[in-house]
Amino acid sequence: MTAAPVLRLDGVSLQYGQGSTSVTALSGIDLEIRRGELVAVMGASGSGKSSLLTVAGGLVRPTSGEVIVDGQWLSSLKPGQLAALRRRHLGFVFQDFNLVPALTAIENVSLPLELDGWKTSKAHRAARDALSTVELAEQADRFPDDLSGGQQQRVAIARAVVGGRSLILADEPTGALDSTTGEVVLRMLRGRVDHGAAAILVTHDARHAAWADRIVFIRDGRIVDESAYRGVETMVGRHA
Amino acid sequence: MSVRQGLLSVLSLGPNYGYQLRSEFERRTGGTWPLNIGQVYTTLDRLERDGLVRRGASTDEVQVLYEITAAGRDAAHTWLTRPVIREGATRDELAIKLALAVTIPGLDITALIQTQRSATLGALQDLTRLKRTDDRGDLAWELVLESMIFQLEAESRWLDHVEGRLTRIRDGRDPDPGDAAHPRPAERPASESTEAAR
Repeated sequence: MTAAPVLRLDGVSLQYGQGSTSVTALSGIDLEIRRGELVAVMGASGSGKSSLLTVAGGLVRPTSGEVIVDGQWLSSLKPGQLAALRRRHLGFVFQDFNLVPALTAIENVSLPLELDGWKTSKAHRAARDALSTVELAEQADRFPDDLSGGQQQRVAIARAVVGGRSLILADEPTGALDSTTGEVVLRMLRGRVDHGAAAILVTHDARHAAWADRIVFIRDGRIVDESAYRGVETMVGRHA
Repeated sequence: MSVRQGLLSVLSLGPNYGYQLRSEFERRTGGTWPLNIGQVYTTLDRLERDGLVRRGASTDEVQVLYEITAAGRDAAHTWLTRPVIREGATRDELAIKLALAVTIPGLDITALIQTQRSATLGALQDLTRLKRTDDRGDLAWELVLESMIFQLEAESRWLDHVEGRLTRIRDGRDPDPGDAAHPRPAERPASESTEAAR
């Protein structure tokens, strides 16, 4: 039996403004993502990539259509319930890391759990586990300023998955990193997905999108194409 | 690159029999350039003719041991340390195809670009999967693989660029260079039209 999708977008449209000044950001988007799946979203600037992420994350309500996260219809949730769902099910990773500078790595990671009512000791245990998964357990007590850009982004990934959250929404997470460091971050993100999370990766970089199982192309707010991993590995030398 | 220079570079590390040389070349290039043994011996014959290798003192009565000469060592060093110059106009099929396609009326160039982008991304996904699932730690192989990945990335970026340019031209934000380079018959200067009609 196929597992239920972690995220489902059903005919999602989003318009900003009204009347003659309205702008269509998304139009009739249908998308499903399951656990263990990394989906990259590509498209030109202004195509609707980031809008898709904000709608999927419940940060903006769609003008029409439904967003369903772990079986919960976001349109049916009150603001407090929506905020709780975001804390428990969703993790965001941004290009500029968005860590709290006055908190250590472990405090940054445990913050969403503590906001959700977890006891500090329990939240810190979970945070330390999450930092271990991105190979940063030894930097747990460092402040963001004492970490490299790549390390800060790995802390952000740990924060996105801590407490068993199921869906990571990453907006250009490698945009501020050099090529090699970006790849380390992608490896970590991919690792979390392979261990049961689901993720959307918004990127303009084809080499980074290629880490995904599926690549969705957006133009003018519509999905215009999709490229899936074909399951046939290209022969490159005798190792293949 | 020629096999000749590759084999010479391997021989600069020490004498080898033909089969050994082939194995060593393939090992050092991650198996990404498999060689035919006949090709190896033909190349060695030519290198010997040109004074870049010579037959060494072999302990094997059947096989010939090859060793590099001083001139061969110089040639190998020159090749390794000189930049690779890619000369001449492109013969890349995709570039030529798109260049032609934009001049042919009625073709949906946007769809053509998207179809190609999807195929390029698919190939990129294959190679990336190969890279991230391989744990043999073969640096030579990984470098060649990464070179292919970066070339596909460049192709994808170029497709984005082409699409962006065509969009700007379509929207009238950029002039259409094709209008000046290939004026339609009705827009040709009268003298040219007269000339063409003769």
